[in-house]
Amino acid sequence: MGPLLLSIQLATITTLVLLIVGTPLAWWLAHTPSRWKPAIQATVALPIVLPPTVIGFYLLIVLGPYGAVGRWWVEVTGTALTFSFTGLVIASCIYSLPFAVQPLLVAFQSLGRRDIEAARTLGASPLDAFFSVAAPLSAHGFLNAIVLSFAHTLGEFGVVLMVGGNIPGETRVISIAIYDHVESLDYAAAHQMSALLLVFAFVVLLSMFVINRRLLKR
Amino acid sequence: MNMRTATTGTSAGIEMRYVLSRADFDLDVDLDIPMRGITGVFGESGAGKTSLLRCIAGLERPSSGRLVVDGSVWQDTASRRSLPVHQREIGYVFQEPRLFSHLTVHRNLDYGRRRAQRRGVNVEFEQIVALLGLESMLQRMPDALSGGEAQRVSIARALLCEPRFVLMDEPLAALDKARRAEILPFLDRLHTELSVPIIYVSHNIGEISALCDQLLVMRRGRVIADGDLQSVLMRTDLPALAGEEAGSVVVAKVGSYDAEYDLTCVRFSGGELLVAGRHEPGSELRVRVRANDVSLCRARPSSTTILNILPAVVDSIDPDADATVLVHLSLGSDRLIARVTRRSSTELNLQVGDEVFAQIKSVAVRNVLQFGTALPQ
Repeated sequence: MGPLLLSIQLATITTLVLLIVGTPLAWWLAHTPSRWKPAIQATVALPIVLPPTVIGFYLLIVLGPYGAVGRWWVEVTGTALTFSFTGLVIASCIYSLPFAVQPLLVAFQSLGRRDIEAARTLGASPLDAFFSVAAPLSAHGFLNAIVLSFAHTLGEFGVVLMVGGNIPGETRVISIAIYDHVESLDYAAAHQMSALLLVFAFVVLLSMFVINRRLLKR
Repeated sequence: MNMRTATTGTSAGIEMRYVLSRADFDLDVDLDIPMRGITGVFGESGAGKTSLLRCIAGLERPSSGRLVVDGSVWQDTASRRSLPVHQREIGYVFQEPRLFSHLTVHRNLDYGRRRAQRRGVNVEFEQIVALLGLESMLQRMPDALSGGEAQRVSIARALLCEPRFVLMDEPLAALDKARRAEILPFLDRLHTELSVPIIYVSHNIGEISALCDQLLVMRRGRVIADGDLQSVLMRTDLPALAGEEAGSVVVAKVGSYDAEYDLTCVRFSGGELLVAGRHEPGSELRVRVRANDVSLCRARPSSTTILNILPAVVDSIDPDADATVLVHLSLGSDRLIARVTRRSSTELNLQVGDEVFAQIKSVAVRNVLQFGTALPQ
């Protein structure tokens, strides 16, 4: 599989996982009175601050065959997590988590409890109220979360290099491939891929802003 | 509404006992509310009125409490039972309309109706839409509605989930006077045309007098008075009911209309009153008389601009502000309050049991629909 396709596949899966994990997490953060909230928020935000190599380094240790998660994974599946596509998905999810949670958190906080309370008194269960009222009213938050986590995963380099290495078709995503081409002084190939990624990223961001504007107008 | 009546677990009504600690006050109530008519909950802001409603709806978790509705236990903290909000057969009208901005008015109305498998009052969609005058706005988005229209939609939305009873938390407070006057008639129609009981929270005694059948007064998280509207309104010993707006309500029957002067004659147990405007002959009218609009004379005055002069008996003379007293009067089986200066009371040598004449400014006589709006002098 080509590096661009692999990148898109990784970004798509990561975004889906982050929506499933990030939505309840953001909802909890938006509504909890828990005193653990700041600690959880800081943990979620860490990847924004830390250099990718630091996250990659710790993930390498945890996911490696002698790490807590990695050893368990080997026992269960018989394969290693590091230098595999699955390991890359896990690493990407952690790395891009704040980019999914933050926009959702902002959307849920600005939504508040009022509409949810109204829905509940009208006979909607909590889950029903979420899907029928909170989610549509937070559409722009979801859009931002999807685009940001997708784009961020697409552009990651340091974490991939540390955890995934450079295995064609498995972990050789586009950013790694470009680096490779530059290393081997194949500037023509590097140009081609870079331009591809540039255009793709621009189109994704442009559509986000266009859709967002429509959502806000409605 | 009688707190002293012993209730069994099978009675029709709402029995509640709640203790809830808040930063500014502790809610501590123990009362029965009958399942009929409109029950007003009156008190200053911060008296715990909203917390009380939110406890009934399940939106607030009381530290301890028990709620029994028509014999079924909705909440009992002792046995850790609490029916979730969406399973409580209530309608809730918030201070703000809280319409879902991504749905049309029609779909907002359908939201609760689709979800409600309820055994409460049975209502027809068309009936409610007509009752609240929503026919022309069904396809509009909530953003395109005025504040008064939006609140009417939210009242309809609450009624359409066929609740056992409706909780209304100051539904008119966020509206200006004109919008309030626009909605009051709709609320009054709910009262007369639907049998759904309503618990109506307000800090506006005009609204309460216009709409409610029973009244309970709250102060700092406690219920300090309850009973039928007319008798609770006479409790001028309570600061909440003794202010500028102190007054009483009498129910009168509409008689003849005098087109030349645009006055309608209405009859109540204390005699006849002339009311501004035309009213449906034979219908019942609630007339609110503010204490500030009643003055007293020993003899029937002969030449005065005041049209409504009725014989009355002094029931009691209660202290008010430094300069004034509140005189409670009996007129037939009805009662009025007059606010007069202490000096006048002394000069007239007013005593309990005295026969006097009460002068009521006709402009102060208001019908239900005009409560809360000032009539031109």
